[in-house]
Amino acid sequence: MKIAGKTLPILLVAAVALVAGCAKTSQSSGDVIKIGVFEPMTGANAAGGAMEVEGIKLANEMYPTVTVGGKEYKIELVIADNKSDKVEAATAAQRLVDKEKVSAILGSWGSSLSMAAGPIVLDAKVPAIGLSCTNPLVTLGNDYYFRVCFIDPFQGTVMANYAYNVAGARTAVIVQEVSNDYSVGLAKFFTDNFKKLTGNDACILSVLNYNTNDQDFTAQLTTIKSLNPDVIFAPGNYTESALVMKQARELGINAPFLGGDTWETPEFIDVGKKLVEGATFSTFFAVEGATSGMSKTFVDAYKAKYSKEPAAVIALGFDGYLLAIDAIKRADSLDTVKIRDALAATKGFEGAAGSITLDANGDANKSAFIKTVKDGKFTYLTVVNP
Amino acid sequence: MTIALFLQHLTNALSLGSLYALIAIGYTMVYGILRLINFAHGDIFMLGAYLAFYLVTLALLPWWVAFLVAIALTAMLGIGLERVAYRPLRDSPRISIMISAIGASFLIENLATVLFGGRPKGFVVPDIFSQVLHLGSVSVVSISVMIPIFTFAILALLLWIVHSTKVGMAMRAVSTDIDAARLQAIDVNRVVSFTFGLGSLLAAFGGILWSLKYPQLNPTMGIMPGLKCFIAAVLGGIGNIGGAVLGGFLLGFIEIMIIAFLPNLTGYRDAFAFVALILVLLLKPSGLLGKNQVEKV
Repeated sequence: MKIAGKTLPILLVAAVALVAGCAKTSQSSGDVIKIGVFEPMTGANAAGGAMEVEGIKLANEMYPTVTVGGKEYKIELVIADNKSDKVEAATAAQRLVDKEKVSAILGSWGSSLSMAAGPIVLDAKVPAIGLSCTNPLVTLGNDYYFRVCFIDPFQGTVMANYAYNVAGARTAVIVQEVSNDYSVGLAKFFTDNFKKLTGNDACILSVLNYNTNDQDFTAQLTTIKSLNPDVIFAPGNYTESALVMKQARELGINAPFLGGDTWETPEFIDVGKKLVEGATFSTFFAVEGATSGMSKTFVDAYKAKYSKEPAAVIALGFDGYLLAIDAIKRADSLDTVKIRDALAATKGFEGAAGSITLDANGDANKSAFIKTVKDGKFTYLTVVNP
Repeated sequence: MTIALFLQHLTNALSLGSLYALIAIGYTMVYGILRLINFAHGDIFMLGAYLAFYLVTLALLPWWVAFLVAIALTAMLGIGLERVAYRPLRDSPRISIMISAIGASFLIENLATVLFGGRPKGFVVPDIFSQVLHLGSVSVVSISVMIPIFTFAILALLLWIVHSTKVGMAMRAVSTDIDAARLQAIDVNRVVSFTFGLGSLLAAFGGILWSLKYPQLNPTMGIMPGLKCFIAAVLGGIGNIGGAVLGGFLLGFIEIMIIAFLPNLTGYRDAFAFVALILVLLLKPSGLLGKNQVEKV
């Protein structure tokens, strides 16, 4: 036993060293262009990050090179885990621009995390393309942040209209993830529009808060039970939202739940099981609309590789990568400022999730797809054009 | 606030508090015997839940077999952890062993991230635990009714082990004076292993019950419950098993009632737990049920 007592710690240390050693060391040879992938791979938002990376990697496999100045460059993806944490996000972004010297950055799932990287990419003059971060503040006033998705003022309008016209709701309760800029922002835009539609300033019966990583929502939900709203608008991270719905149903709350794009992860259904049935939300892409061009190419390639249907953010990951190499091609330069200028001039770029034209803020103007959970699957309901 | 609403809040508080209490018992027992705050307790809690998950989904065992096997395996892991990370440091200053515990905690979390992946998993909840019961106007899930029962059963069992069995007597002896215990021919290593096994068993049991109530697994799921239950243990008087239960219930009660009565402060829910910890440490460091004693270091 004496031997075990001495060697086991050494073995453990060796195991850790091995794990740490697996982190890929990047070599900077002359004909490689690095694109940073800035995503949560661990922590509360890990599923979102993993899905976007899936889309980026698929695009990278299909289009692994870009030609600049008559020379063909191989694209190398450098993944930086922002750990679903605003502080870690800044560190990860800093590493991508300082140490890895990437030409462009893709990501991140989660507006708060993207916003943490904002000043860093602006400072380093490295263009970043947000994939599914919908808070307007990500790109506002930042010449180096762009995105391939719609923004929350639109998404909030879409869901308020849905609540008022389709669900016939006249009162609502907001449940928001108070530490998450995406959730708070989207809740605000929903509130503004819902008030306008109902013409009643008191139509929002209550606004209840929770924190990322909270697991028990019974206290907030008990309050909702006594208010008896027509709908509950609860944008937020997928696992927390699934637990909110689960606990609401267990408390006997039957009002429909509406939310935003972050719900479309397998984990949402996996955690909530049959208690998230009927959850309705807006998102960026639906396979049903993907019948031609790049959309079809993407869906076919994804289905061939994973034998399942792609979630919306996977299409956005795919698009973000394609847009990045397209901008590098158009800039015909490795200079990040020129790549940024090419990105800003993007017009009518055909991506998997629709055509992308970036406006003065660097935002794309796109349709929203409404989906619902039915029989344990995300089911397409309708499309709303801007 | 109506009576019905208050009763619902009270039920929620009891159910959350009993879960905290259950996990705090394991924390406090290890401290009571060894004077070691096992910071890896929350991670052992996480391992227990993951083992149960994989035994059900991969090994396809019936849930109750899987849960028992997972608890037994986790207890063994806990004993192994003590061998590797704590025993070599038993004669070192107490701060070394505490730092070793923090290191073990990070190691387990990161190994779990590598092994299980960072994406959360949905726990498998057998139907028996997810029935909704209606008691008048109060709705409660069956697992929330079972947890307090388990908590009190375990409290009784532990008090019996510690106070009425031979190994319990040895545990108390080791707790009082480790060298004197050795002189009385008590096998200290065995007693410590037993204590750790028991503590880890409780952590695994808590982890499984937690996952049945909040069916979401991720490698860092143990951190917050670990901290909260540490607070609960300190609140009640660390080292005192009854105190841990009291502290757990108090903490659950405080958390739920703050959200119920002061909904604007919900965002500070976790902060309140830590404020409670600071207040106890300032005003009554030995906790509510703890005895004041001079700590020899």
